Amino acid sequence: MLEHLDALLLARLQFAFTIAFHIVLPAFTIGLASYLFVLNALWLITKRQVYEELFNFWKTIFAVAFGMGVVSGIVMSYQFGTNWSRFADKAGPVIGPVMGYEVLTAFFLEAGFLGVMLFGLKRVGRGLHLFATGMVAVGTLLSATWIIAANSWMQTPQGFGTNAAGQFVPLDWWAIIFTPSFPYRLVHMVLAAYLTTALVVGACGAWHLLKGSAPRRSATMFCMAMGMVAVVAPLQILAGDQHGLNTLKHQPAKIMAMEAHFDSHPNGAPLILFGLPDQKNKRVDYAISIPGLSSLILKHGWNEPLAGLDTIPDELEPPVVVVFWSFRVMVGLGMAMLLLGLWSAVAWWRGRLTSDRWLLRAAVGMGPVGFLAVLAGWITTEVGRQPYTVYGHLLTADSVSPVAAPAVATSLTAFVMVYFFVFGAGIFYILRLMKYLPPESEETVLDSGPVRTAGITPGPAQGTPQGGTHGH
Amino acid sequence: MGIDLAFVWAFLIAFVVLAYVVMDGFDLGIGILFPLFRAKGDRDTVMNTVAPVWDGNETWLVLGGGGLMAVFPLAYSVVLPALYMPLTAMLLGLIFRGVAFEFRWRTKRWLSVWDWGFSIGSMVAAFCQGIALGALIEGIRVADRAYAGGWWDWLTPFSVATGISLVIGYALLGATWLVLKTTGDLAAKARHIARPATYLTLLGMGVFSLWTPLIGPHYLGRWLSFPAVIFSVLVPLLVLALVAVIISGLNRQKDAEPFLAALGLFVLGFAGIGISFYPYIVPPSLTIADAAASQASLAFLLVGALVLIPIILAYTAYAYWVFRGKVRPGEGYH
Repeated sequence: MLEHLDALLLARLQFAFTIAFHIVLPAFTIGLASYLFVLNALWLITKRQVYEELFNFWKTIFAVAFGMGVVSGIVMSYQFGTNWSRFADKAGPVIGPVMGYEVLTAFFLEAGFLGVMLFGLKRVGRGLHLFATGMVAVGTLLSATWIIAANSWMQTPQGFGTNAAGQFVPLDWWAIIFTPSFPYRLVHMVLAAYLTTALVVGACGAWHLLKGSAPRRSATMFCMAMGMVAVVAPLQILAGDQHGLNTLKHQPAKIMAMEAHFDSHPNGAPLILFGLPDQKNKRVDYAISIPGLSSLILKHGWNEPLAGLDTIPDELEPPVVVVFWSFRVMVGLGMAMLLLGLWSAVAWWRGRLTSDRWLLRAAVGMGPVGFLAVLAGWITTEVGRQPYTVYGHLLTADSVSPVAAPAVATSLTAFVMVYFFVFGAGIFYILRLMKYLPPESEETVLDSGPVRTAGITPGPAQGTPQGGTHGH
Repeated sequence: MGIDLAFVWAFLIAFVVLAYVVMDGFDLGIGILFPLFRAKGDRDTVMNTVAPVWDGNETWLVLGGGGLMAVFPLAYSVVLPALYMPLTAMLLGLIFRGVAFEFRWRTKRWLSVWDWGFSIGSMVAAFCQGIALGALIEGIRVADRAYAGGWWDWLTPFSVATGISLVIGYALLGATWLVLKTTGDLAAKARHIARPATYLTLLGMGVFSLWTPLIGPHYLGRWLSFPAVIFSVLVPLLVLALVAVIISGLNRQKDAEPFLAALGLFVLGFAGIGISFYPYIVPPSLTIADAAASQASLAFLLVGALVLIPIILAYTAYAYWVFRGKVRPGEGYH
């Protein structure tokens, strides 16, 4: 029994580790693909060189991030079988086709047109090249749609029955894809991807503005990014609120854990701002709370009753401490993004957007925050779904493969070592690419300007700041 | 009607796996041959022959895995735990070779790290795919809808032999691909490599074909029964004919013939494996019908597959067409 439990914990750790590394890459490439399409389109429409230069700059970074996203994604598609085979057997007939559509509609589209986008400009011409860039962007969004549909079905399952072998069988595909939480989760995730990318692009632009290198390009990307943050951050908070209300309706235990409401509150529940939840003793130590505010947010009335974890059997409670903190981290970072957006809007109003050095410094500091918020959000929703994989229908403990603990321990160790080594190097290369903006020439508006032809993807290799190392 | 859909899907999954082997085989093959090309310029050119298409090639592997989970979830949930170690090693190998496509242009100091990562990653991935095939042919123990064996069961002399054979076979595909896509000394070198690779692949196929019937009487029975017996007689002749085409193509300095004939070898070998397996999907435990998901699952994804796979093939062909022709040293794609 103990050995079985160990294998389960190891399998969960491995999934959490590999998916956490994976999710930050699509979160970045979904936004960046759309940004590249916008840059490419602006270049074709305005013929301004700055858009071409920015396109080539971010294209190189996209290629590195996308490559890492692809290989870490292949791992995910096999891990359902290697580590979660009983889940795959039971839920495969429902969730498998949904993910199958992701591969058919999205992965091939991205992969097929990525080569043309990266290497094909001279071979296909600008119009088709823009089309290819658009297809890559559409592919990333389709991919997000299908995988969020699959995840949402696991969170709020419907439209299925159970056969004699104990498998879930599809009854209504429309209901399976459009589950109650799907639209909220999809909007929340796509906005998160756009915010994450905007913060990275903004940080890069701000850093170069502070350094005074390539002011035209850095100002252009900074203004575009901060405009995005100013618009999307408030929308994201609104979307998050709606998503939370949806969760209250369909997965109340998750909300109870997020709020650390161990007890029911018949006369209005407090919002615990901070505190140390103690799940064993069912209390929150050192709590700082605002009476009634939780009921106001969730039920739109100070005195509305709100049930607590005392209404849930202990063995079906999600881990409160993790969910409580990850939720607060996400919300806190979201508020910081809102402030950055407001600050940018005010600075823009006063004509100081690219010259307010404290704003620029803040934007640099906020660069990685989108990734942290995405991770915190996913930890909240995935850990909050526990102890189930398919909410209310299949326990995590009944989902795991009958694989021996030493095998899982070996693979987990290997994944940890390889991921830190490979993706650590990748992050280092991306940061180095961001650091180097080639010096600017005079702004010219060209009808058929020279196409920069440095290498597979132009950019610096170590020690050769003059450009790519091959392919001229 | 029920049986039919499962068989349509078995055929489609087999097609997807074949598409993967055909497209990623040469792609892994150039990784396997990478250490033989020592000059940096040669390595750049070799890499550039697949850089625009490798990602699409590997997507067939994702479709194979994802598709299996969707339409044969029981097979997926039995086979993957059984092959836990080789599949994990394959995934790690694919990580190293995949990132190398971008990383090796981003550094000078670590260039050799990613070149080795590309090469060893490709070898490991190919070897593990061969191991997986061998272990699958030898059979997987199933009890109560789950894998019932240990975590080293996959390691046998036969699976190691199939692993080595597949590495050699992919190397042949890689070498003939380079004959097709490169010029001058590089192409000459590829031609030089392709010759022994052809003979070794022939040897591998021979060993594989003679060994498989010894594993289980059901395989022997299949091959001696009508109509498979026609195939048993014809295939060795066709294989020899294709080998002759490769060698004469190499001798006459033809570009495309050796590569196409090498692909032909893989198609024949694959068809043979398919005949051995039928009607099982996980021999000798699960038949295609046993493992199939519900009709609703099969039908829902089949609609999409029948519409989308031709479209995917069309734009994949377009991508190959855009990057057609020889890749000359130092030329890149611009």
